[in-house]
Amino acid sequence: MKIGVFVCHCGSNIAGTVDTAQVAEAARALPGVAFATDTMYACSEPGQEGIIDAVKENELDGVVVASCTPRMHEATFRRTVERAGLNRYMFEMANIREHVSWIGKDMESNTNKAADLVAMAVAKLRENRLLFPKKFDINKRVMIIGGGVAGIQAALDCAEGGLEVVLVEKTTTIGGKMAKLDKTFPTVDCSSCILGPKMVDVAQHPNITLYAAAEVDDVSGYVGNFKVAIRRKQTYVDWNLCTGCGLCMEKCPSKKTPDPFNEFVGTTTAINIPFPQAIPKKASINAETCIMLRKGKCGKCAEVCPTEAIRFDQKEEIAHEEVGAIVAATGYDLFDHSIYTEYGGGRIRDVITSMQYERMLSASGPTGGHVKRPSNGEEPKSVVFIQCVGSRDKSVNRPYCSGFCCMYTAKQTILTKDHIPDSQSYVFYMDIRSPGKNYDEFTRRAMEEYGARYIRGRVAQVYEKGDKLIVRGADTLTGTSIEVEADLVVLAVGAESTRGASALAEKLRISYDTYGFYMESHPKLKPVETNTAGVFLAGCCQGPKDIPSSVGQGSAAASKVLTLFSKDQLESDPQISQVDIKRCIGCGKCISTCPFGAIKEIDFRGQPKAEVIETVCQGCGICTSTCPQGAIQLQHFTDNQILAEVMSLCPPLLEKSFE
Amino acid sequence: MPPLAGKELRIVGFLCNWCSYGGADTAGVGRFAQPTDLRIIRVPCSGRIDPLFILRTFMNGADGVLVSGCHPRDCHYSEGNFYARRRLEILQRLMPYIGIEPERFAYTWVSASEGQRWQKVVQTFTNEVHAIGPIKPFGATPEQVEARLSKLLDSAGGKATEKQEVERVAS
Repeated sequence: MKIGVFVCHCGSNIAGTVDTAQVAEAARALPGVAFATDTMYACSEPGQEGIIDAVKENELDGVVVASCTPRMHEATFRRTVERAGLNRYMFEMANIREHVSWIGKDMESNTNKAADLVAMAVAKLRENRLLFPKKFDINKRVMIIGGGVAGIQAALDCAEGGLEVVLVEKTTTIGGKMAKLDKTFPTVDCSSCILGPKMVDVAQHPNITLYAAAEVDDVSGYVGNFKVAIRRKQTYVDWNLCTGCGLCMEKCPSKKTPDPFNEFVGTTTAINIPFPQAIPKKASINAETCIMLRKGKCGKCAEVCPTEAIRFDQKEEIAHEEVGAIVAATGYDLFDHSIYTEYGGGRIRDVITSMQYERMLSASGPTGGHVKRPSNGEEPKSVVFIQCVGSRDKSVNRPYCSGFCCMYTAKQTILTKDHIPDSQSYVFYMDIRSPGKNYDEFTRRAMEEYGARYIRGRVAQVYEKGDKLIVRGADTLTGTSIEVEADLVVLAVGAESTRGASALAEKLRISYDTYGFYMESHPKLKPVETNTAGVFLAGCCQGPKDIPSSVGQGSAAASKVLTLFSKDQLESDPQISQVDIKRCIGCGKCISTCPFGAIKEIDFRGQPKAEVIETVCQGCGICTSTCPQGAIQLQHFTDNQILAEVMSLCPPLLEKSFE
Repeated sequence: MPPLAGKELRIVGFLCNWCSYGGADTAGVGRFAQPTDLRIIRVPCSGRIDPLFILRTFMNGADGVLVSGCHPRDCHYSEGNFYARRRLEILQRLMPYIGIEPERFAYTWVSASEGQRWQKVVQTFTNEVHAIGPIKPFGATPEQVEARLSKLLDSAGGKATEKQEVERVAS
């Protein structure tokens, strides 16, 4: 076998702390290596051409590139060797950047380590075999999980692109957090006026099937052919009959039901439609407060319902859908501020969250758009906003910036002035983060036109004094402590991953970070892809985002789905398991350990044998390490290939002693 | 190449592609400095790691072996790391019986976002292995082999060539 080795400088990224020429020199001495050189940028056009020329000139049949991580450029160089006429699996990478040059500064150790990694790659490559992908059909339907603005955008774009869309929303209406907002920054657009039409489009689009009050129960299958079980929660109302007239809400005697849509500001009825623009506009019953469901008597709603839609005996149902791609757009939850005891910890009634304030500002909210102090219903004249509540604070395990709180606080100061012209807003902030089109101008307006007073510093304590609140904090710009008398304190709570995010990630087989936000495939270049083929991300489930970014990601995810579905067939990855039928003893251990059901038992001349279903196998290799015979081998990661790497690093002792 | 004398020991890592290998990449991108002893072998899933790979690595003279995969419940292949956890835990408990200090072997879970955690894992493990020092070779030491070889050569009256003897001993 004739192997070519190319050691990349990556400018000074690698060459700065690794002697690349010496690594190439060492590679020349390795068995099988016919050509070795160092190169400035292996991934650049001249770099790739250099590889192709060297393959042709030296009649190489395998290539090793020592450069960055294979998670970055393996695909790039596989295409390069393919252009040079080789099979794309006759290629190996040695990661001498992320795993060598960037983590140590010692030239000697780094060069030695890089040479080792190259030797490992060469040793593995000598065991590589030609592999060829197969083709399989795909189901051109897509499932969007989450009906917030990101999910709505993704659903509409996919539906407009001609795809059948299944939209799953866990609450009884789509709209997400945006539907709760009164206005949006930096235009002070009415939120429901811009979101409402999109929600109606979802309801009316012939390509969209909407499952509201439903959650993903189970996901199986793989890109192009997912099978999803959807758990449809009981609403106790037959939505095929409900017209959303609202008569039941008027008559329901259980009027003290907590109202999650209004962030528990005020109460609602046990049978309820969350807000006037709800999609679908259907009533559902809260089983915890419904008198009929708790005590078995009442049934007022059933009496007045003109279509007889009430079903007190409704049960959960499981629906099954088959799709080729999935977009997770599950959004975020708000930080629970009660951990901050210095801000009242949820005890002081006039300390509320920004979202509660938003509901108060909304004309369709619980106070009809009038700002009132929860304690006595009076109009507040002095409103204090405290920023970074659950953002940029290591002590509560939220070291990240939620990004949008600076902007919505500025918006809320403007709205406060609009609602109560003789009011004064104070904002305690750490830094003002307003990168975005017209964003900084907007915060300036809040200060200059609307007279919001910005105080740079943290708040140490909020306490009650008479019917007022005293906010005591530091003004770090003047180096003094400051006390502000407030009627209302609004906490700018940050974003955190939505409850249940990790459970869903496990079903979708995608990764999530320490805080529960889903991991994208690459932080810069693949922001909406995941490492699981066919699963995409949109919106805040990947990390806190404002509305423009969420919408942008919704469209981006849709375009990725449409790109994926632009072909009728997909190529399967040939790095899958293969059974050596002569060695297989038909014990079935591989069948029982395979997480994907990708191995079946066949009858081979009267004997049981295992057989891999090629399109289903995902290439994990659990079967390979389970097989007592070594009969089933994961291609490209066979026992021999991995042991070749081991042997390269740790040659058998006897050989070593006679060197 | 052999590890740098006086500076390094031979430490081999088996890392799953999706979480820990990515975590090691993240550590690199973040320039989280680490000792240079570790050499990483990339496998698709920690469930792909046959405990015999680890034993083979030790028998061939590795001073330490580190295995890392996705956090339990967060496996790219749903349940590969559960299989890994069982196998590795049993291997861990067998180490003293095999005659290898259990501290030479560690398995851990690091996600692709945990660059800093990976740095800590590598630092801690490398320090632990350095604290015990190089592994005692399995079977005969090079010196013992040489002594035996020269004895064999003597008894053969110098008839056999050295190469043949080496082959005999090696087989």
